[in-house]
Amino acid sequence: MVGPLVGVLALQGAFAAHAEILDGLGVPNLEVRTHDQLQQVDALIIPGGESTTMSMLLDRSGLIGPLEERLRDGLPVLGTCAGLILLSTRILDGRPDQHALGSIDLDVRRNGYGTQLDSFETDIAVAGFDSGFRAVFIRAPVVERAGDSVEILAMVDGHPVLCRQGSVTVAAFHPELSNDNRIHRSFVERVPVNPKSDTSAI
Amino acid sequence: MAQQLDSAESGSRATGTQLVKRGLAEMLKGGVIMDVVDPDQARIAEDAGAVAVMALERVPADIRRDGGVARMSDPEMISGIQAAVSIPVMAKARIGHFAEAQVLQSLGVDYIDESEVLTPADETHHIDKWAFTTPFVCGATNLGEALRRISEGACMIRSKGEAGTGNIVEAVRHLRSILGDIAKITTADSAELFEWAKQLQAPLPLVQEVHDTGTLPVPMFCAGGIATPSDASLVMQLGAQSVFVGSGIFKSSEPAKMATAIVEAATHFQDPSIIAKVSTGLGAAMKGLEIGGLETKLAERGW
Repeated sequence: MVGPLVGVLALQGAFAAHAEILDGLGVPNLEVRTHDQLQQVDALIIPGGESTTMSMLLDRSGLIGPLEERLRDGLPVLGTCAGLILLSTRILDGRPDQHALGSIDLDVRRNGYGTQLDSFETDIAVAGFDSGFRAVFIRAPVVERAGDSVEILAMVDGHPVLCRQGSVTVAAFHPELSNDNRIHRSFVERVPVNPKSDTSAI
Repeated sequence: MAQQLDSAESGSRATGTQLVKRGLAEMLKGGVIMDVVDPDQARIAEDAGAVAVMALERVPADIRRDGGVARMSDPEMISGIQAAVSIPVMAKARIGHFAEAQVLQSLGVDYIDESEVLTPADETHHIDKWAFTTPFVCGATNLGEALRRISEGACMIRSKGEAGTGNIVEAVRHLRSILGDIAKITTADSAELFEWAKQLQAPLPLVQEVHDTGTLPVPMFCAGGIATPSDASLVMQLGAQSVFVGSGIFKSSEPAKMATAIVEAATHFQDPSIIAKVSTGLGAAMKGLEIGGLETKLAERGW
């Protein structure tokens, strides 16, 4: 599978696990820590990790402005766990200085399931998949509200756990950890072909 | 549609699985875990961008200075720190002291460090970590020790280094030893793996897994002696995936600045210009100790 260049935000967190899944799919990928790297990519994954730490590092690295700009321009993005928190409209119990980028109309609660003792894995049904997906929830956020424009692709206990709005896809769980590349594959397949890198065009 | 998708009834939840335990270690990669002794320090650590805090009564430098038996921290202190921050809270149990670990699990700490920094409670046995829902991190000085801890259920390995010294030399030795042996095992033939298992005193299946994957089965972080942003950059370039900083932050002259600088160094460890920038105007790092002059080498604890 040859595709667009997918960036993985590598300020902190599970970026290596995402890169491994992309490698397995044969998708070119790039760790993103700087403005230059961000400008090169056709799509971006914001991994799990500590959302407070990532938010601060976005500020200190000067990436926050350019990232907001690329998101406004429709950069396809997949956010998992902390990535979901960062991309949402409202963080109900975040730090006052924590960024909510507002790319998908969700209200989220951090660590909504509890501490690590309450972290769990379970099989979920995903819209469009013909079999269950093993979803790993680690100190996961709970989506308390999803706007009308948000497409809900999977739920657990009445709360959305996989959502899409336009070019933005978010998961409260960790598709990079359970050895199943279907969510990454469907994300990459939806990334528009970049005219510059489309070698099939003559 | 939404009702049909709700999987609450379709799959039962499994807690405390290897995936769930190792998964939290994945989330901490590229980050800094800071030792804190009270809620105020915990807040300073969180404000600086720590990915987790380690709650303990005395940082290793003070344990060295004061002597005596070092034990699990007071539950009240741990609860106070849990209430003060939203990032994961870890705490230490003595080597082999499964009752302390049970207490820490009941307090809901996010990770338990079975740590040589505390006085060991058992001279032969480490804790059976498979018996717990809470994940464990353990120290190691070499690959055999790391694989023995993993066989006992550890979900994260850290170098031991020499805690409380502010001296990075031992952590570097341990990282080079672990990663050097991994590199050799990766190129060994299948017959040689039996001899490696014997030499390392480690289970053969884990040695075979290292051979096949070229890496430890769990994340490997660095601890023991990190005192500056450059120290963090050094050990991460050597192959550590995150850093624990103990005495290095709150024994420096400006803890908040040092904490922030080491957080940035852990992200941009490959970029010397950023390490230079964050190292500027930090004040004094902790004074530090020569390893040769130590009465007690904490890294020798554990078996």
